[in-house]
Amino acid sequence: MLGFAIRRILMLVPVFLAVSVIIFLMIHMLPGDPIDNLLRIGAGPDQRAALTEKYGLDRPLYEQYLYWIGNVVQGDFGNAIVQRRPVASLIGQALPYSLTLGGLALLVSTVLGITVGIIAASFKGSWLDQGLMGGVLFGSMLPNFWIGLLLILVFSVSLGWTPVSGARGWESLILPVVTIGLGGTALVARVTRVAMIDAQGRDFVMLLHAKGVHPVVIQLRHVLRHALIPVVTILALRIGWILGGAVTVEVVFARPGLGSLLIKSLNQHDYPVVQASLLILAMAVLLGTLLGDLLQAAMDPRIRDNLK
Amino acid sequence: MLMEVKELSLSIGKVALLDRVSFSVDRGQVLGLVGESGSGKSLTALALTGLVRRIGGRITGGSIAFDGQELSDLPEPAYRKLRGKRIAFITQNPMSALDALKTIGDQVDQVSRLHLGLSRKAARAHTVDILTRLRIPEAATVARAYPHQLSGGMKQRVVIAMALAADADLIIADEPTTALDVTVQAQIVMILSELVRKRNIGLILITHDMGVVAQICDKVCVLYAGRVAESGPVGQLFDTPRHPYSAALIGCIPRECMAPGALKGIPGTVPSALNYGAECCRFASRCARADALCHTTRPLPHSQGAALVACHHPQGTAAQPEALDV
Amino acid sequence: MTVTAPVSGLLPALRRSAPVQALASWKGGVAGTFLILVVLGALFAPWLTPYGFDVQNLPGAFQAPNLSHPMGTDEFGRDVLTRILYGARTSLSVSAVAIAISLFCGMVLGASAGYFGGRFDRAVMVVVDLTWAFPEILVALMLVAIIGPGTTGTLVAICVAYLAQFTRLTRAQVMALKSETFVEAARGMGASNAAILFRHLLPNCLGPVLVAGMLATGDAIILEATLGFFGLGAQPPTPSWGGMMSSGSGLLFKGPWIIMFPGLCIALTVVAINMFGDALLHKLDVRERVRTA
Repeated sequence: MLGFAIRRILMLVPVFLAVSVIIFLMIHMLPGDPIDNLLRIGAGPDQRAALTEKYGLDRPLYEQYLYWIGNVVQGDFGNAIVQRRPVASLIGQALPYSLTLGGLALLVSTVLGITVGIIAASFKGSWLDQGLMGGVLFGSMLPNFWIGLLLILVFSVSLGWTPVSGARGWESLILPVVTIGLGGTALVARVTRVAMIDAQGRDFVMLLHAKGVHPVVIQLRHVLRHALIPVVTILALRIGWILGGAVTVEVVFARPGLGSLLIKSLNQHDYPVVQASLLILAMAVLLGTLLGDLLQAAMDPRIRDNLK
Repeated sequence: MLMEVKELSLSIGKVALLDRVSFSVDRGQVLGLVGESGSGKSLTALALTGLVRRIGGRITGGSIAFDGQELSDLPEPAYRKLRGKRIAFITQNPMSALDALKTIGDQVDQVSRLHLGLSRKAARAHTVDILTRLRIPEAATVARAYPHQLSGGMKQRVVIAMALAADADLIIADEPTTALDVTVQAQIVMILSELVRKRNIGLILITHDMGVVAQICDKVCVLYAGRVAESGPVGQLFDTPRHPYSAALIGCIPRECMAPGALKGIPGTVPSALNYGAECCRFASRCARADALCHTTRPLPHSQGAALVACHHPQGTAAQPEALDV
Repeated sequence: MTVTAPVSGLLPALRRSAPVQALASWKGGVAGTFLILVVLGALFAPWLTPYGFDVQNLPGAFQAPNLSHPMGTDEFGRDVLTRILYGARTSLSVSAVAIAISLFCGMVLGASAGYFGGRFDRAVMVVVDLTWAFPEILVALMLVAIIGPGTTGTLVAICVAYLAQFTRLTRAQVMALKSETFVEAARGMGASNAAILFRHLLPNCLGPVLVAGMLATGDAIILEATLGFFGLGAQPPTPSWGGMMSSGSGLLFKGPWIIMFPGLCIALTVVAINMFGDALLHKLDVRERVRTA
């Protein structure tokens, strides 16, 4: 298991490098020259050349990449051109907010989604199943940012229960978490329900009934464990979704975080920050798949044995 | 009588699948329930264990008496206490019958912990003890293994161990050997017949293998299209089968001393449950002895020696003793 | 002599009856009627409303919904309902066209990957899996940043964002069908790869993929709106649903109707698309295949 984990992490290295090249190249296709934002009005061409040289923008592309990735590996993401601070500190400041929001949203959607999925699958075809799945599906179809605005309107503006925006205190987390959680819950509930229904129909369930095991125990201790394997896989692959949701929601609620940082830097053409934020998001996605694989192996003895 | 089934009828939806099926089994006895696929054997097993409700089946008539207790209308919670404890069920395919994510030990322990209230430790000791008695080498190690690490024969022994874990009085085994290699089949059959003698329990063995029936059964009940064709002691059925269907089934067993070409099949197939006739012999269309009576009147079971036969023209009787000689 | 795919194929079934049957169920009927009304409203916008979508009337700004402006007016005194009708033109056409292009590319890519297999398949799937792992909104944001804000950028962004999904789905379908007897038969008769692919395989997996495309159109409308909300979609003065909400989000207190109504429109349209798609899936009996992919 440990060997597998190490091998799996080593396999991530080339993927990570490939992703970093793609991100690097995409960033260099971005229109707009960040130097323009830096130059004072009326600055001459020699000032521009000096700045270009300072940020290494005149060197060949591959040299720029190697220089950048070399520093990144050492934890140095360079300096933000427009925001004039080390990128690492900008990200370090934003990341905790995004992690709290994303983590809470993931937790809420997992717990709620699995619960809803189990109930729906256990009463498959009943009005309860149809009602729950209908409600969940409906919730997942509404645009994220619109739900956010709607919630602000009801709970902050009309009722005054929660802060409108910002990131002060735990109350400010409620609405953003609910907003992201709605979509996540729908995804998890849908996958759980299908996986549970699939597992319910397998042969071993009949033997459990024949052993006289209580149906609730069968559902929770046996069927759910089988169902969780695909759920974990899909959830891990879709961690990016939750992060993606965070991007929108951070902007709607004017919360600091990776999402707002990314949008702000995109608008300001602040290359190094965009590059670093995307790289961090990509890493989160890759780590998600890694976590999924490891969890899968931990949960399924057949997979564990295959690895040996 | 340990279990006595009388005139049991069963439907799924509107389709009647079992029609007045009767048989009985006592302690120390092995009852063979035989017939082709689709004859209602497995359904009977599900009916006896109360599991038929899970697949939407409904008992529409008759009675199932187990140790004097009526089961056909027993509520599910009470049935659950009986299942696994007093009536054990061995399902068809050991390959997929075990939970792939739990260890063998946990799955066998579950039964004794649930029904006998044993502690975790005591249950495991009990499990290892049973596995050892089923001649599983290194039982303690096997208990820590997962199903995919065992062979099919091993898995079937584990399923049998579950049946023994709470000292069941009656074991119902649904084709316990079909999915296994021939050599392993013989071992499993021997284990089962030994259990019946040593523990003085009842065994209902569902099979389509007449060879297995001849080896270990005391009584046989031949099912055809949801009805009992013939039932009686195994010796009489093999020596002088009365129902043409039983005779034909026995004719299908390959024997060592057989002349080439002597092996017989049965022409035609079992009718689908949707085309079951009510007022006829359902075997009539495949039977060489059938006449107009067979197509219009249902044959009722009547005694022929020690057996009950549902046939208008049973073999070995004065009417047509020469036909269909086996 | 030709060998044809089985008649039970999904395309003939779809063509023959599924949409009609879906409309006949009450869910599908309600959703379908709503969608038809939205499309008609967008098409005939100039004849339906007395106002222009871009005529400012500053003294009449921030009117709450009333008889002459059923959805109120925005900060420039423009009629919100009028802008929603015109906005539907942008939002619906951009999403639909983008999905159509994406669907076509995804089908060709997925079908060839699934059919030919081998190194080509692996190369395609590595790229597809990589993009699939990234949330659509991030992929779209990147592309819009490269191409620049506006309708073209949004179009390309939506196209690429959903390409992975369609490729995966088509590939899975083709792989499942590839080994069927009728394909073997066609090959035995000497049909070329292209003929097998386009005449036998693609028609048979068209149903689920088309429905997936329809469901994705709903998601694309949201994506288009989200980009618009970030100010990266169709640029003013062209009205779009997302754009309306972007300018309105700062006015949540002064005129909540300015963003509530466009949002409601997006929500209802997307829900209707999903309901109709679901009714279709139900009729085609392929719901689990598409919904969990």
